[in-house]
Amino acid sequence: MIADPVAELTAFARSLRERGVAADASRVIAAAGALDQVDVLDQNQVYWTTRLTLCSEPDDLPRFDAAFAEWFGSGRKQPAVESTVQTTDGAGSSGEGAAGEVERVAATALETLRTRDVAALTAVERAEVRRLIAVLAPSVGTRRSVRRRAGGRAGVDPARTMRTMLRAGGEPIVLAHWRRREKPRRLVLLVDVSGSMAPYADWLLLFAHAAVRVRPFATEVFTVGTRLTRVTRALRLRDPDAALQAAARTVPDWSGGTRLGESLQAFLDRWGQRGAARSAVVVIFSDGWERGGAELLGLQAARLRRLAHAVVWVNPHKGKEGFTPETAGMLAALPYVDALVAGHSAQALAELVAVLAEA
Amino acid sequence: MSYPEFGDIPALAAALDAAGYLPDEGVATAAYLAIRMRRPLLLEGDPGVGKTALAQALADVVGAELVRLSCYEGIDASQALYDWDFPRQLLHLRAAEDGGGDERSVYDRRFLIARPILRALEVSPAVLLVDEIDRADDEFEAFLLEVLADNAVTIPELGTIRPAEPPIVVLTSNRTRELHDALKRRCLYHWVSHPDLEREVEIIRRHEPEVADRLARQVAAGVAAMREAGLVKPPGIAEAIDWATALRLLGATELTAPAARATLGALLKYREDQVTAERDVLPGLLARLG
Repeated sequence: MIADPVAELTAFARSLRERGVAADASRVIAAAGALDQVDVLDQNQVYWTTRLTLCSEPDDLPRFDAAFAEWFGSGRKQPAVESTVQTTDGAGSSGEGAAGEVERVAATALETLRTRDVAALTAVERAEVRRLIAVLAPSVGTRRSVRRRAGGRAGVDPARTMRTMLRAGGEPIVLAHWRRREKPRRLVLLVDVSGSMAPYADWLLLFAHAAVRVRPFATEVFTVGTRLTRVTRALRLRDPDAALQAAARTVPDWSGGTRLGESLQAFLDRWGQRGAARSAVVVIFSDGWERGGAELLGLQAARLRRLAHAVVWVNPHKGKEGFTPETAGMLAALPYVDALVAGHSAQALAELVAVLAEA
Repeated sequence: MSYPEFGDIPALAAALDAAGYLPDEGVATAAYLAIRMRRPLLLEGDPGVGKTALAQALADVVGAELVRLSCYEGIDASQALYDWDFPRQLLHLRAAEDGGGDERSVYDRRFLIARPILRALEVSPAVLLVDEIDRADDEFEAFLLEVLADNAVTIPELGTIRPAEPPIVVLTSNRTRELHDALKRRCLYHWVSHPDLEREVEIIRRHEPEVADRLARQVAAGVAAMREAGLVKPPGIAEAIDWATALRLLGATELTAPAARATLGALLKYREDQVTAERDVLPGLLARLG
């Protein structure tokens, strides 16, 4: 922050954006204004000021910390940040810490994190799949909202009644009523991107993209594998190719192992219990191949069943001859699943759409 | 009427401290910038880390009234902004009929019920706390954004109400859903984390002065251990204080196995969590505390 503070700040914001933090122009302006208010020679103050103005969600914080350390060096006391990041998802950081690591996208030598190259799909395949999936419009039904609208017979609407009375010189000629509105039920898709699901992951994410396109703000998409990653934001991009590429950049554990139980727990701790799964239709795309014990998966599936309106399990192997649900994870979760459907082909995905519409 | 100015961040931190809220550096900076830049402050964090308490302390510090708007699904303008007092309007209308008065006076300020947002604009200075904004729906968020952008409210029948000094706005969210970017862009964003051990000890002693120092320390260490244990609902600061209170009321001066077990219900509210804590956390904790 010596030569040209504004240029420096802009460049810093650019490096944040490259890391996936939504530090747009209006936030940079806010940051510049905020830096005006504090002591810019105190690195702690600069840290907090830029963090307060440039970040906007917990997932941003580790990325911000990394960028800040790279940009301004680490003359700052570190512990404060460490603890901040840890508690972001302290709830799910048991065991090998599936949840705790979710956000450290850039990190770790613990496992080989292969970033999936979506471009490896041939153009012909992509076009074909896109056509097939574009005609699918996966969405679930509606649920009653607490909001009201005019009409119906649910109750008297005093404000509108008053206005009609005024027009009639104070006589209550017509009683205005209200009725409840309907709102779309939330749809949550959990896509298993582990190695055993690799042949299907692209298809399923395209399907998820179609669902997000139908109802962008009533649909949430996560990938599960060794960790939980939220890809809703990436999938909101209009173009399927761009959306899939953005999702692939976000997901660190493509074609890795499976810790379904822990991932599901992370989902429930961080999102599900707080509201994302409540009265929602939750769809799990997985073959139920679980590396860890299946006991945890069973417990979490039971928990999910208590929160959600309906739980649908999509197992691509169900489409094969003589399928019996025999992977340990599948067996553990099965009692808590409302519907088990295939989903290995475009036809099967179309059937899934029908199941969802009725869920 | 304007707000007192704080020269720098430590000055505000000291004032918050005196008001009974122990801020860490991040919280102090957030509060400082919220006052100086008059930008809404969006606080997120696990339940029970003191998001709401910060708004209260901020109101105390700047000598403003705290106006609280608790959000819930389906909240709309008539519950958040203003509503007309229909029974009184009707009575007035009847009276006016007899006396031949002007019916337009039915929409007069005295028939207007000020809900929290309007109230925060009318009583200046004020701190407006929009609690759990994530529980309200998209429509309400858009509406709130409008009010925050203008710092004014337009009532069609009355005109625009614009305060001399806009309120300090604090929004809290538990992240049950993602807020729209347009709203976030307007705010300063702060993730409130659980306090470190020393700070938590200090907070417990602040709220429970009669708790022995040793016990406060043990409670803080215990709560920190519970937060690491992967519980369904990790305890917040409020639960930590409750636990300390419960232990004090039972006459405990230090954390023992029977006392901890008897009071666990003040700390953990899920059966699974109590089982996990008794099995995995307490034995190790008690051994460590010796």
